[in-house]
Order: sequence, then C-alpha cells, then structure tokens
Amino acid sequence: MLNELDFSAIIVTIKLALVSTVILILIGTPIAWWLSQTKFKFKAVFEAIIALPLILPPTVLGFYLLITLGSNGPIGRLLESLGGSSIAFTFSGLVIGSVIYSMPFVVQPLQNSFNSVGRAPLEVAATLGASKIDRFFSVAVPLARSGFITAAVLGFAHTVGEFGVVLMIGGNIPGETGVLSIAIYDHVEAMEYGQAHLLAGGLLATSFLMLIFVYIINHHFSIMRSKDK
Amino acid sequence: MIECKIKIHLDGFILDANFSIPDRGITVVFGASGSGKTTLLRAIAGLEKSDDGYLKVGESVWQNGNNFLATHKRQIGYVFQDATLFEHLDVEGNLGYVIKRTTGLKVDFIESVFNLLEIKALRNRATSQLSGGERQRVAIARALLAHPKILLLDEPLSALDLKRKNEILPYLDSIHNDLEIPILYVTHSHDEMSRLADYLLLIEDGNIIGKGPVNDMLTRLDMPLSHGGDAVSIIEAKVMGHDTEFNLMHLEFSGGQFVAPDNDLPVQTKVRIRVAARDVSLTKSKQIDTSILNIFPAIVQEIVTEGEAQVMVRLKIKETILLACITRKSSSKLGLEQGNKVFVQVKSVAILS
Repeated sequence: MLNELDFSAIIVTIKLALVSTVILILIGTPIAWWLSQTKFKFKAVFEAIIALPLILPPTVLGFYLLITLGSNGPIGRLLESLGGSSIAFTFSGLVIGSVIYSMPFVVQPLQNSFNSVGRAPLEVAATLGASKIDRFFSVAVPLARSGFITAAVLGFAHTVGEFGVVLMIGGNIPGETGVLSIAIYDHVEAMEYGQAHLLAGGLLATSFLMLIFVYIINHHFSIMRSKDK
Repeated sequence: MIECKIKIHLDGFILDANFSIPDRGITVVFGASGSGKTTLLRAIAGLEKSDDGYLKVGESVWQNGNNFLATHKRQIGYVFQDATLFEHLDVEGNLGYVIKRTTGLKVDFIESVFNLLEIKALRNRATSQLSGGERQRVAIARALLAHPKILLLDEPLSALDLKRKNEILPYLDSIHNDLEIPILYVTHSHDEMSRLADYLLLIEDGNIIGKGPVNDMLTRLDMPLSHGGDAVSIIEAKVMGHDTEFNLMHLEFSGGQFVAPDNDLPVQTKVRIRVAARDVSLTKSKQIDTSILNIFPAIVQEIVTEGEAQVMVRLKIKETILLACITRKSSSKLGLEQGNKVFVQVKSVAILS
C-alpha cells in the first residue's frame, strides 16, 4: 500500500522530530530557566517573541525564514561567503524552521515547571553548599522532570505535525526534506485517498497516544506533589 | 563573637540591625510576626543582601561592604520553617546531598549527628512517609551535616502540634549540650524562648531593641518582656535530691533551694525553672503558718507601676533576679520601697528541661 516515498517521508519526519527535539531541549532549557528566574522589566517582550509561532500562520514564519536563509538572505550569504551553501531546501534548514516553530511548546512547559519548583528548594540547596550551576542540575532539573517530559513530547509531536513552514523552506525533496504532512497533501492532490488515510490515521493515532502519555505523566506528578504536602 | 551590621530594604520594610552576640549557646531572636526576624536570619545566611554591611562569625568575615560571600560558601546550617526536604530524594538522599558537598566531614561527626537525632530508623524512607516531627529532625540533621559555624533555625517548631513540639525539643537540648555550635533561633513563641534561650535578641519593626542574657532581658523593667501577664523569671538550677515521702525534689540555685513536685530527674541534672511574676507574693516578715514551701529572703531593687492596679517588683535573691507582680494596694500597705528586705513566696514553678 505505502510506496517507497511514503516510507522515506516517515523516516525523514522521525529524524527531523528527534533532532529538533534534542536541539529544542538544549536551547529551550536555559531560556525557560532565565524566564522563570529573571526580574527583568521587559521579560514580557521575550515571552511574546517565544510565543509568536503559536498564533502566526506557519507560512509567515516560513516566508521570513526563506528570506533570511536563502542564498540572497543575510544568513544564506554569510554561509556562502564562508564556503558553504545556502541551507534553504536542506534538512538543516528544516531543523532550524522546526526549532523556531516548536519553541513555545518546549519553553512554556519548562518555564511553568521551573516556576512551580519555586525559590525554597534552591535556597535550601544553597545553604547546603551547592553552587548556582550545581543547584540547577541537582535540584531544579529533577524537580522539574515532568516539565521536561511534557516539553520533549510536545516538541516532538508538534514538529511531526508541521506543514506550512516545511512547505515554504523544505521544498519536499524525497529523502531530504520530504516529510509526512506534505506526503499526505500530495496523496490527496493525486486522489490517492487510501494512502492518505493510512498516513493521516497513523499520525492521528500517534499524536493522540503521545498526548495521553503527557497527561498521564503530569497527573502522576501532581498526585505525588500533593501527597507530599 | 558574632558581629553583624546590616541594613536591608524590602518592599517598604527596613531591617536595620547592628549587634554582636556570643558565638556559643542558643541566642533566641524574639519578636512579633513581621518584625524582621526571618529577614535577619536570611541576611546572615546570605539569602538577602545588605547593601553595605558587615558580618563576622567567629574568625570568618562573610560580608565587608561590597565583599559579599555567597550563601553556598558560608559555613551555615539553616533549618527552614517548614522543613523543606528535597522531594525528589529520600531521607538518605537528602542527607547524602550535604555530605557530598561538605569538605573535611569526619565519619565520627556524621555518626554523632545521626545518633543525636536518631536518624538511622528513618534513613531508607521516602520524605513523603515522614511525620512533621520526623521531617524536622531530618532537616536539622541535614543542616548539622554542613558542619556549620552557626546553626540558623527559623521557627523550626511552628508548623508542629504540641505533641510533636515536645518530641523535637529534647533533640535541640542535646545539640545545645553535645555540639559546640552556636545557634540562632528565631521564634515568636514565649514558651520556646524561655525554655531554650541563653541569650536574647529582641527585635521590633526591623530594629534591635535589646540584647543580653535571657534572665536579664526578662527581668529588666525597661524591657518590654518584663511587663504584662507573660512576665516571668528564669532560674538555672540543679537537682540536689528527692524527697520520696512527699514525692518532691530539691533544686539548688544560687539563691537557695526550690522544692517542686518530683519528676524523677536524676541528681545533678541541670534544670531551668520558670517562675511567673504573678505567682510570686511578698511579705515583710517570714511567714511560718503558710502552705507555700518556697520562701526566700530578697532585696527590692526596683518598683514600677504596671497598669492601673498593679506594680512590678524586681527582686534580688543573692545573685538571682526575680520578678513579682503584686497589687498597688499591697505595695502601699507594705510600704514597699527600693532597698527593702522582704521575703518572696513562690506559689508555683515550671520545670523546663
């Protein structure tokens, strides 16, 4: 039923989601931590920037990315002058787009769980001789573990589901930038409803399972917290 | 000595404290809620920053102007009000957390802390399985394992009910007796203060309004604690012997011997006697046909009026100071004046230990 292109789309999608999720956690964690700790006056501006992809049409984001990353854009030109090539229509370009597009889904749960950790356990850790970095890894991260799980699952699922950004900067090159959501679109265009059903149904089921997992995890942790108090 | 000079502005509140206190025994920081006690403790721990301050504990200077030592570099033990144990770790993990981060910790010391707070039975439990009193015991042990130069206790008993309070108090006594770590103890409970304090730091609206040995502070008539229904005197004494016939015990203090109901404390045990000012009456001549057993000769040091109908009398029994609250009428009937020789009759005492 599924052809070779469909399988390559599934593989590219999973690879893209995994790479993006790892990068999202690595970049999102310090941003979320900073946002949860800072008393900076213009914090709201940064929060708004992070949240922009939530409401912006993905094509808008994709358009601007295309402009900046393409061979005439500032970053594209910089890369080319360094001897590289433009990253528009490449897997790397797709990763950059996905990371920006899914950032709020990672930063917000992390920021919320860092906020709920609160100041007290960190102060206790300081009185017990733990430095700032030490406190972050030995207290904040383990206490915010449910936030990390939620962030990773949401980041992954949201990247799997993206369409507009990918359409703008991906270019649908099989094995490189051809992802599931576009494969479904192509099948529908070609009136191949059987294959579209399989892919769409699979995506629906997977996303649903991932969300169930997130809610179970969060429920589990909130029960643990309330028992301790 | 612990020398401290701090000034902290916090949302319209100013803590301005400049004092030095002895670096041994228990110093109780006593004051009403919102008087700045906790802020003071937090400042000593480095959790609040004083713009331009000075803090020296023993030989270590923790702040000198802009030279501010971060909390994790200060050798302190801090017990927070609600025993903030790490919930992602079990009891063992909570204790291990500090053991790992404290340099030069000797096995003997760890053992003695575990014994002192009877931790062994709790070690493998999850923090969620501990009672309030047990949580506080683990929190105190954890603070001690930081090998502190000073132990800071912020209302450690306030979240506990009376039964649990009485469970923890003996542990505090043993820390006091067995470990040579000065303790700064914040409370607004008169009971805890009179039971634990060697030295008292009185705080009101962010200012230190008095400091000194506890009985001095309790009985100085220019100090707020010597007025009102809570006025008490504290007398250090030692169990001298038991009267098995009447089930009493004899307690020796620097002014004589108290007789009190026996509570089976071994001879030589040090006890603290608390005498409420309203339980003390005065006579000019020694009464013989009275039911009161505790009668001592004393000299009137000072008399001040206490409300409309009463006076507070400060008395000296040899080296011991005692307060008596009597009616203005009695005082005038006896013609009481400074320097008079009188007899104090103590109706009841509380043994704290």
